[in-house]
Amino acid sequence: MENILSMLIFFPAAAAVVGFLIDKNSMRQFGVVVTVVEFFLALLLWYYFDTNEAGLQFVKSFPIISAYGINYIVGVDGISLFLIIMITFMTMIALIGLNEKKGEKNLIITMLFLEMTMVGVFASMDVIMFYVFWELTLIPMFYIVGFWGAEKRFYAAIKFFLYTFTGSLIMLIGILYFGYIYYQTTGNWSFSLQEWNNLILPFNLQFWLFLAFFLGFAVKVPMFPFHTWLPLTHGQSPTIGSVILAAILLKMETYGFIRFSLSLFPDASVYFVGFMAVLGIIAIIYMAMLAYAQEDMKQMIAYSSISHMGVITLGVFALNIEGISGAVFLMIGHGIVSGALFMCIGVLYDRRKTKMIKDFGGLAHNMPMFALVYIVVLMASIGLPLTIGFVGEFLSLLGFFKYSPILTFIASLTIVLSAIYMLSMYKRTFFGKLAKPENKTMKDIFGRELVALGSLTILIIALGIYPKVVLEPLNNSVTQLTKIMEIKAVNEDTREKLRSLNSIGEAK
Amino acid sequence: MLEPIKITLDSLNLGTVAPMAIAIAGALGILLTDIFNKDKHKSLYVVLVALFLIFDLFTLLAFSGEERGFFDLMLIDGISKLSQCIIIIGSIFFIFFSLSKLRFQEFRYAEFFALYLFAVAGFQFMVSSDSLILIFVGLETSSLAIYTMIAMHNRMVSIEAAVKYFTMGALAAAFFVFGSMMLYAVTGSVELAQMAQILSEDGFLVVENYANYAMVLIGFVFMFAAIGFKLSLFPYHIWVPDVYQGSTSAMAGFLSVIPKMAGFVVALRFFEIFIHANDIIIQTMLYVTVVLTMTIPNLIALQQTDIKRMLAYSSISNAGMAMAAILIGTHQSTVALFLYWILFTITNFGAFGMLWLNRGKDFDNKSTPYSFKKFSGLAQISPFTASMLAMFLFTLTGLPPFSLFWGKMYLVASAVNASYIGLAVIIIVNSVISAYYYLRPISYMFLRDPETEFKETKFMQNGSTPIKSVVGFTVILTIISVLLIDPLLNIIDLYVSNSGF
Repeated sequence: MENILSMLIFFPAAAAVVGFLIDKNSMRQFGVVVTVVEFFLALLLWYYFDTNEAGLQFVKSFPIISAYGINYIVGVDGISLFLIIMITFMTMIALIGLNEKKGEKNLIITMLFLEMTMVGVFASMDVIMFYVFWELTLIPMFYIVGFWGAEKRFYAAIKFFLYTFTGSLIMLIGILYFGYIYYQTTGNWSFSLQEWNNLILPFNLQFWLFLAFFLGFAVKVPMFPFHTWLPLTHGQSPTIGSVILAAILLKMETYGFIRFSLSLFPDASVYFVGFMAVLGIIAIIYMAMLAYAQEDMKQMIAYSSISHMGVITLGVFALNIEGISGAVFLMIGHGIVSGALFMCIGVLYDRRKTKMIKDFGGLAHNMPMFALVYIVVLMASIGLPLTIGFVGEFLSLLGFFKYSPILTFIASLTIVLSAIYMLSMYKRTFFGKLAKPENKTMKDIFGRELVALGSLTILIIALGIYPKVVLEPLNNSVTQLTKIMEIKAVNEDTREKLRSLNSIGEAK
Repeated sequence: MLEPIKITLDSLNLGTVAPMAIAIAGALGILLTDIFNKDKHKSLYVVLVALFLIFDLFTLLAFSGEERGFFDLMLIDGISKLSQCIIIIGSIFFIFFSLSKLRFQEFRYAEFFALYLFAVAGFQFMVSSDSLILIFVGLETSSLAIYTMIAMHNRMVSIEAAVKYFTMGALAAAFFVFGSMMLYAVTGSVELAQMAQILSEDGFLVVENYANYAMVLIGFVFMFAAIGFKLSLFPYHIWVPDVYQGSTSAMAGFLSVIPKMAGFVVALRFFEIFIHANDIIIQTMLYVTVVLTMTIPNLIALQQTDIKRMLAYSSISNAGMAMAAILIGTHQSTVALFLYWILFTITNFGAFGMLWLNRGKDFDNKSTPYSFKKFSGLAQISPFTASMLAMFLFTLTGLPPFSLFWGKMYLVASAVNASYIGLAVIIIVNSVISAYYYLRPISYMFLRDPETEFKETKFMQNGSTPIKSVVGFTVILTIISVLLIDPLLNIIDLYVSNSGF
């Protein structure tokens, strides 16, 4: 099982290449089989993963450009393990629930390529390789949004591409500059994250590099004020595109914060906590208000996604074990929940070809099963206890409470606000009289849709009741991360701050 | 009584001109073949050209002797060898474009192929000398050959392009001669190495030495303009789009990479003297030119609706990026220049090759075969062609892991390492701007349905097996480029450090 990570990365790509040979009527089955195998590979990875070990496992490396210190390095720890499993799971579910008829074959091949790049992002431990996979996600997404999207798809696709491309290129300068500093201090070129982690930087360098990385990540999160591309892209992209975008692509950047910013620039991270928290809170409150104002269901979910990403940002920059584990758990939870939400909207859109809330009403009469699934997913999104959303939100906010109770109080409005817009949307869609004649003929979910949404619902409840399976391995890695931050900090006050942030639950 | 001049054959070091001599002999051979045999098929000449170029390449690689020859006129140092290799290998690739399926006027003449070899020999002379006279002769040999080759396409646009190019080229030649004269007047030498020595020893580059300083500056400006014309630097780039549009895609692709490689080596040798002198005026002039060369054509390219014209602007902007490497002037940046240009050659060869394959006959002087609209919905008609063209466009954008990304990355890294952070940011910003116009044809090909007025368009009309195979080869090179970077870096590093850059 040495090479299982490389298999995980390149198996979908190989399958995609072979997929060109398959007849277009049989393509869906092929896609489902490949993603199921991929999911089982990911479960196998979990099986062989040593949960007591906090560091990287399954590490493999070989040089690619040795003159410039670029290597192929893959590895996985408790943080990335579950994100990889979540990716493979969501891709599988998205393909099972796929209802797109136009150009199905191309869509599935594109999805398989996309899966490769996504797993690659989370498994890469070489920064240049990470960057390569990170940028490669743009091409399939550009195609999915631009070809299968709605009317304004060209504009949306190009806007999406340009925004994220700009951010990541600035990050590239940061990466190259870091490599140069590494070369100056050690005399060797290297872009390996593990080796970078041994380097302790002075504060002003950390400051600028943190900003460079921040721009790359912030555009994709997306953080206020770089968020404008996301609702547009979501609104225009097809169901499967939204599912992947919300569930996985948005998680790459918060993962980037945890993996790169925190451990490489501990002092700058502590310095920027307030700034990040303010951005996070603006996202939470402002985006929730925008979400309430939306008439288009999909746009609403898109804004609510940005709002929840604010909570994740807060969790990450709580800089303690609870906050970071909570953020990672919320990333997984939000991935599943927002994926499920977009699939639900996809179900409605397939039947009625509209996403406007006002076009529906009283659907609970003829779609009882769907109404049940939808409310469970909605509750999870709001963060009701015993659902997957609660655990992550609670832990993130608990972690941040240590930094500032007042800000945490404002941030916890997220639960109230999301309850307002989610429930009012639910009421207008499902309750009341079944007035519109077009809605009367709508069938309840069945078959593939039921399998896809049903398994998501089960997972939402199961992980909400027993999150320990995920949290325990996660905690080990996160504990190690916070220790590394403390050791690497150059300023004494940073260390003090980190120590005080990490004292939840300790005896006074 | 005058002393009799005694020259031994040894002192000439004939090995230094052997590679060029082979190319010239090949050209003469082709002309002779044509005299005695009328109407031979173009494939004969194409293969002959390829053969002579391969022979040329091997002679060059086998060369190992004193690097100076012919009374110090010739200088076969590391960068000369390296750039000659790039020029020759690139030219071997480009000559296969002549084996097109459709028949074109120029390929019926053997002279076209002879001129091709003369042009290559001219470039080789340009890069292997540090005497301004020999550089000038090489430059003119190659330029005159190219003007003729463009005009031989025998359409009104081509003749217009050739005349435009010729006029601009003549102006550049005049600038070159005038600049050389100025510098000769000040330093008493036309050899760059001696010139550098005299300039620095006698302090000609300080403002106190006012009269001479002004002379040096005037000389520099004229030389800069002459090189600028050849490298299509802003504001001497205006001829580029029209000339590219007038010439065939095969020729335009050739023009966009091979002559510029020779130009960069001349620029490298020439600017090196001044960049290390830390003269504020010259530094500013170079910096501003580099920045504008990257930015202005990029902004103009946003407005284009024709792929070939867009690629013309993009190649100007790319030349600006490579020029940035010369401006930075460190060892790493010189390596970056060559790496960038090798990868750019591969990519541009592929991109223009795809256009060349899709050229039809159904257009006149006013219209173009490469408008965006014509390519709309190509992904549905011919997914493979569309994917290949899109891949080359993504490569030009600088998306990893395709070839040009590594060149751009190394270039930005060399800028960052030399503390030119501002320049690095400008390069990055330009990559983003260029991403927009590269995405436009891609969005036409992949995201739209075919236009009704172009329903009848046939694609790959010009595709013969040899062209398809060379383009396919570059596709493979582009995809696996990540494995090529390491050996390439080692080779470039070796040659560049051999010649002390």
